[in-house]
Amino acid sequence: MATAAHDAHHDHHDHTPSFVNRWLFSTNHKDIGTLYIGFSLIAAIVGIGLSLLMRMELQQPGMQIFADGQMWNAYVSAHGLIMVFFVIMPALIGGFGNWFVPIMIGAPDMAFPRMNNISFWLLVPAFLMLGSSLFIGGGAGAGWTIYPPLSDDTYQTGPAMDMALFGLHLAGASSILGAANFITTIFNMRAPGMTLHKMPLFVWSMLVTAFLLLLSVPVLAGAITMLITDRNFGTAFFDPAGGGDPVLFQHLFWFFGHPEVYIMILPAFGIISHVISTFSRKPVFGYLGMAYAMVAIGVVGFIVWAHHMYTSGMDVDTRAYFMAATMVIAVPTGIKIFSWIATMWGGSLTLNTPMLFAIGFIFLFTVGGVTGVVLANAGITQILHNTYYVVGHFHYVLSLGAVFGIYCGIYYWMGKMSGRQYDEKLGKIHFWLTFVGVNLTFFPMHFLGNQGMPRRYPDYPDAFWGWNLVASVGSYISVAAFLFFFYVIYHTLTKGAKAAANPWGEGATTLEWQVSSPPPFHTFDELPRIR
Amino acid sequence: MRHVISAFRGFAGGRLAAFAWALLAMMVAGGEALAQGAAQGMVGAPQPWGMGLQASGGPIKDAISSFNSLVFWIIVVITIFVFLLLCYVVWKFRAEVNPNPSRTSHNTLLEVAWTVIPVLILVVIAIPSFRLIYYQDRAVDADLTINVQGRQWYWHYGYPDHGNFTFDSYPVQTADLQPGQIRNLDVDNPLVIPVGATVRILTTGQDVIHSFFVPSLGVQKYTIPGRTMETWLRADRAGTFYGQCNQICGVNHWFMPIVVRAVPPAEFQAWAEQAKTRFAEGLPPGPVPALAAAPATPTMNVAEARR
Repeated sequence: MATAAHDAHHDHHDHTPSFVNRWLFSTNHKDIGTLYIGFSLIAAIVGIGLSLLMRMELQQPGMQIFADGQMWNAYVSAHGLIMVFFVIMPALIGGFGNWFVPIMIGAPDMAFPRMNNISFWLLVPAFLMLGSSLFIGGGAGAGWTIYPPLSDDTYQTGPAMDMALFGLHLAGASSILGAANFITTIFNMRAPGMTLHKMPLFVWSMLVTAFLLLLSVPVLAGAITMLITDRNFGTAFFDPAGGGDPVLFQHLFWFFGHPEVYIMILPAFGIISHVISTFSRKPVFGYLGMAYAMVAIGVVGFIVWAHHMYTSGMDVDTRAYFMAATMVIAVPTGIKIFSWIATMWGGSLTLNTPMLFAIGFIFLFTVGGVTGVVLANAGITQILHNTYYVVGHFHYVLSLGAVFGIYCGIYYWMGKMSGRQYDEKLGKIHFWLTFVGVNLTFFPMHFLGNQGMPRRYPDYPDAFWGWNLVASVGSYISVAAFLFFFYVIYHTLTKGAKAAANPWGEGATTLEWQVSSPPPFHTFDELPRIR
Repeated sequence: MRHVISAFRGFAGGRLAAFAWALLAMMVAGGEALAQGAAQGMVGAPQPWGMGLQASGGPIKDAISSFNSLVFWIIVVITIFVFLLLCYVVWKFRAEVNPNPSRTSHNTLLEVAWTVIPVLILVVIAIPSFRLIYYQDRAVDADLTINVQGRQWYWHYGYPDHGNFTFDSYPVQTADLQPGQIRNLDVDNPLVIPVGATVRILTTGQDVIHSFFVPSLGVQKYTIPGRTMETWLRADRAGTFYGQCNQICGVNHWFMPIVVRAVPPAEFQAWAEQAKTRFAEGLPPGPVPALAAAPATPTMNVAEARR
């Protein structure tokens, strides 16, 4: 063993392997979690960088910095795919999931530690494939939804689209492996006494997320495999000239794509529940309702996909069904919102940075949720489909929902993960900068959408100028906040105070607060027993 | 939507006015285009600093607007309710004044209430919503049919009921804009329809998917290769209604606008007769003859009234 030399310096349960063994061949859930979070931050620089370029272009009418529409389309597509597959999912699922699911259920590690490692290392080539496709030919410019025929070889010539699709395949394989790992871990490795109905809500959220991944990502894999063979091997799955059907792809894509949006938000739900409970010094209100609301969201999330296709020519009865099913999702989501507020009700609230992000999340997710109810109505969506109203809506639930969940989790657990506590004043500055920036960016998009501005436009009629300018200014503030966040991390790691095992007091009840900060390399000497 | 927008207008007038006007002054091209482009009745186009839905040109958009204002008020009330609740909780239960947290974690009545009440609200939304989509779905008794085909990157229109003539509709390049035309929105040959006629639209695709989208007439449908899809529209007011391709379709996705011009039926007949021969002879596109002589009417009155 390469680690033998180190053993002498550590006692038996804390032998840290050499750098290469620790970070390249890692089988430790905490180290892999750290890798995921670091990867996500790097990918975020790229993804946010792309959005900054886009907002600079849209700041005023006319073509400023993009050469043509194809370049624009490629950047828009890359922004979407990078944010979804390489920023939000790695941070929430790979990062926090790996770090805290085993600790919270009292497990020594994930069920399949080596598979855990390969899940992470598949992401790196996937990201390189997708990222470099931007610089090959005209890039892959068919939107993140990659609808054929636009994504066919006739309209996206050259290898860029194939690279992007292959990158998606790798990222999908990574997700499926990760999901299988989480499901196995949660079902089989809970400590004695940790029944399903005693599991922390973050673990519940990861369990539901893992099932969504396991059931939806293979459908995407099938769809993009058919797309790849259409492009390269003369098949015609989606080509009407050969008896195929472009709308079939839309069904397959959204059968994956809709659960995917819940995959991105459910782990954030879990984090928010913990943070609200911790800083209210109260147990979560309606625990079972919260857990099963997530299960319900997951189940119903699989039968609403075609609400993304209201203008694709489906029969009106089919639209009516998808409309009804979609609106049903508002009910479990409402249960969660009100249960969070009820958790705070009667509590003893301290507004630390994680709590600020959590409260911000509740309000902004409500805004994103109610605009979702508007869009559920096919009648209104007839003129809002594909407009900036939709862009505003999904950035409220993702950029302000999932991303607030990530920030919230990082501040909540930074002391636990790094052993050093962030500076509260810096954290609060970061929160308010972000809050102002993202709202200024995304709220005006609802107005633009109401006025009929289509998405994926590098240039627009002059009447759309005003709100676009406001949105661009907002995005500069958001980017500044993001850069400031890096300073906060740097400050924490170099000057942060040593974190106590439990810096949050009696409100923090889950198992990770029982172990030291950071936890030992092997978290538990012996399995904890849950009363 | 009328009240909503006027409420917004009030807000905009108070706080944003100075900023807005400064910006408007800079947007000479857009501003002038709007003022002059309205010479042919109402203009269905986006407005600078517009916040609500576009002005309404026909019954489908009317129906969407009225349903939208119902949903709008419901979501505004819900959002304000949640916001106030959060403010109250954060203020009332802060640690300084409430050092000892309660241990309450269940209240069956409350939990049933916040499950059932949202269901009831959704039912209130769903009933008119279903009515709306069945109304939008297809024309009951169409007066005429128009074929719409999206192509990279222009529109191809056909009039099977009027001699089956077809023509292409290309965007006007910025350098070629006439006074009164709107940059990125005007085209050489608009789609012409008679005012008050129920028009069946059949969309087909040729290359990639596009989307035929005219917000002020409340209509949007993809044009998908390999299939024909049906929708309908009707303009109750004479005027010009602008739209844009609304499904990513390649390098010039952003530059394939749509113009629908609604004219009195007699003018439409005259136009159709001329169009049949003009387009059959492959003549270069020119102004719509009957419309060029139409008297100028006050600009945005109809559109404003519809809000």
